Amino acid sequence: MYTAQMRELIKKVEATRTKRVGIQFPRMNPDERQQVLQEYHPDYRDSGFRCLALGVNKGCKVPIELADLIEAKSRLENIELDLSKIDYDVDVLIIGGGGAGAAAALEAFGQGVKVLIATKLRFGDANTMMAEGGIQAADKPNDSPAQHYLDVMGGGHYTNVPELAAALVKDAPGVIKWLNDLGVLFDKDQDGTMVTTHGGGTSRKRMHAAADYTGAEIMRVLRDEVQNQGIDVVEFSPAVDILLDEDNRAAGAVLCNLETQEYLIARAKTVIIATGGAGRLHYQGFPTSNHYGATADGLVMGYRAGAELAFADTIQYHPTGVAYPPQIFGALVTEKVRSLGATPLNIDGEQFVFHLETRDVEASAIIREIQGRNKGIETPTGVKGVWLDTPLIEIIHGEGTIEKRLPGMLRMYAKFDIDMRKEPILVYPTLHYQNGGLLIDEHGQTKVENLYVAGEAAGGIHGRNRLMGNSLLDILVFGRRAGEHAGAKSKGIKVKKLNLDHVKKYNKYLELSGIITNRVSPMVLPHYTHGRE
Amino acid sequence: MSQDQMVDIYILGKKYSVPESLTIMDSMEYAGYQLVRGCGCRSGFCGACATIYRIKGEKELKVCLACQTKVQDGMYLTQLPFFPGDKRQYDLEELEPNADTMMQLYPEIYSCVGCNSCTKGCPQGLNVMQYIAYAQRGDLEKCAHESFDCVMCGICASRCPANITHYQVGLLARRLTGKYLAPKTEHLQTRVKEINEHKHDLPLQELMQKDIDEIKELYNLRDIEK
Ligand SMILES: Cc1cc2nc3c(=O)[nH]c(=O)nc-3n(C[C@H](O)[C@H](O)[C@H](O)COP(=O)(O)OP(=O)(O)OC[C@H]3O[C@@H](n4cnc5c(N)ncnc54)[C@H](O)[C@@H]3O)c2cc1C
Ligand code: FES
Repeated sequence: MYTAQMRELIKKVEATRTKRVGIQFPRMNPDERQQVLQEYHPDYRDSGFRCLALGVNKGCKVPIELADLIEAKSRLENIELDLSKIDYDVDVLIIGGGGAGAAAALEAFGQGVKVLIATKLRFGDANTMMAEGGIQAADKPNDSPAQHYLDVMGGGHYTNVPELAAALVKDAPGVIKWLNDLGVLFDKDQDGTMVTTHGGGTSRKRMHAAADYTGAEIMRVLRDEVQNQGIDVVEFSPAVDILLDEDNRAAGAVLCNLETQEYLIARAKTVIIATGGAGRLHYQGFPTSNHYGATADGLVMGYRAGAELAFADTIQYHPTGVAYPPQIFGALVTEKVRSLGATPLNIDGEQFVFHLETRDVEASAIIREIQGRNKGIETPTGVKGVWLDTPLIEIIHGEGTIEKRLPGMLRMYAKFDIDMRKEPILVYPTLHYQNGGLLIDEHGQTKVENLYVAGEAAGGIHGRNRLMGNSLLDILVFGRRAGEHAGAKSKGIKVKKLNLDHVKKYNKYLELSGIITNRVSPMVLPHYTHGRE
Repeated sequence: MSQDQMVDIYILGKKYSVPESLTIMDSMEYAGYQLVRGCGCRSGFCGACATIYRIKGEKELKVCLACQTKVQDGMYLTQLPFFPGDKRQYDLEELEPNADTMMQLYPEIYSCVGCNSCTKGCPQGLNVMQYIAYAQRGDLEKCAHESFDCVMCGICASRCPANITHYQVGLLARRLTGKYLAPKTEHLQTRVKEINEHKHDLPLQELMQKDIDEIKELYNLRDIEK
């Protein structure tokens, strides 16, 4: 429920609404975009970053919170483990039970090999479950993979690895068909035409959706299929380090049973890291839209094992996280709200940026409006935000649109007594996505033999900036590619004796690099106290 | 939030004083827990945080999602960390989208006694008993749409005297609907066929070979669908 003060301010929004309908706010030109990014995007704030002191990417800058975890000791430092006592013996080990992990499991299993998914929380407790907006694919007659490629490259500021971007757009229609055949309920017209919309930075309407439960719908279907196929899944058992064999090839992982705190050895011929994002590291103090387990574990483990990071200094701040009510601070307001026509407004009820700029530009413009121009709206907790004029959606597309196309959003706000059909909502950028990750090739392979990465933990596909709808796509494209390749490859591999020598060496290098620390990583679970001393 | 009002809650019977503005989930952390089970998306999408509570002095047991519900004074609460619901294994390719399939896989839906406990407990406000009724009749499309917003928290199943695992029934109905009953998408079939026939390889390769300035120009001049 809004405070009396806020309700007063809403009147200004209402006063300008009729004038704004049908008027398009001009897009920024390339120079304007560059300027707002440079001045207000958190990625351009040097104090938020540090150069790594050791490892493959020594000298490269990454967010400080990530550097702290990379420059930390293994959890296994002082623990005696008998690596010849194997608890799980499989062909393909998949670390992480989100969308990428599930897709990889299905494809690897399809190769006729033994697969295990080890995951930190429940299978499906993952960022994938939360994706609301949609998934891109160039499957309409006015569109093409080439057109999609241009958008991907432009969105990524031309830094994407071309082979990865090409694989992404080329596999996209096939992924939609795969999902459709597995029974994912996409929004369709009566004649079967997919209902598709624009997202920030798209030149064609190619965002496919299942209401605003797109990721949930995909995740629960994939999970169901993994269960139908009888693929083994072990929950509440995060990996804490990668195991190598005598030839320095990835050969499994040490898992931690979170209930008993026992360490367990999983041996495998190929290993796929699919651990997702890092939102819970709260870079630069930002709130996050990510799930509870998004703590960059995969990046830390993979890096320690020798895999290379790419674009780890580029973070996506989603322009519209919840600024109010405080109970859901940072939760995502899907971009689809803007795709459907809601526009950002300042305290005077005036629009200050085109509503569908790329996310980095849109987020920076919102931060500028609040910090640079002091035109934000203050909430009782002191957090400031800008309005997103959701009632416009019902004016543009007709009454009932929000209930039909954005039921999740409507429900989320309704639980806190805000009716977004009638009142605008208050938003502020939220830490949403890691654009980079561990560098992969078209098959998801890293430079560490037999170590694969898929999903948000991977880097290179999106370059420095990902467009909405291309992540759900990438986790499935590269999840499937990695699963297929790792499954096939596992057939010709004989694992030699397991060891954790790289971990010992890494701890040594830490000392040699002058880093004396008690920090241990990966983080596994965040720690919150909500203001309690 | 320092001037926040405090309320007393009872986590697993133990009393804690917490700010009244917190959600149940946050209040547990405020009390000193590091959550392992019972916490996933923290946004109402995953169903990890099903919680049962009763307010001191009242009789009624209530259920909710801990991440989406504010604490109240006198709340006695416990989480449902895991629910041993039954999921049947099946091969979707071999099923037919009708009542017989439901009968075979989830026959217990026909034992529904109509108590409506499932609907009353649903934190998403879904009409659970209604979607089970649709499933009984083989009206799978209706079941699919009525159950679509389900987060599979398991509260419905935990309260069902007929041992129905409602959320699995809804999921089966949705998959059958998505695969067999929803209209076929011609433009999708066509595009996938073109790609398989390598019709899009060349244009893509041409783009991949261009240098950044050329790509930039193409990008900045590309036409944008209205
Ligand atoms: C709120 C929200 C909305 C989004 N909306 C969209 C959208 O509309 N369109 C789009 O394209 N993208 C969207 N995204 C991005 C997209 O959903 C994610 O990038 C993507 O789903 C990540 O998939 P993943 O499988 O790589 O990781 P996840 O789905 O996060 O899965 C990772 C899994 O690994 C597990 N894990 C973590 N550490 C360990 C460990 N040490 N050991 C074992 N397991 C571990 C986690 O618990 C989790 O289950 C959204 C993201 C969020 C957060
Ligand atoms: S934690 Fe996912 S619904 Fe509450």
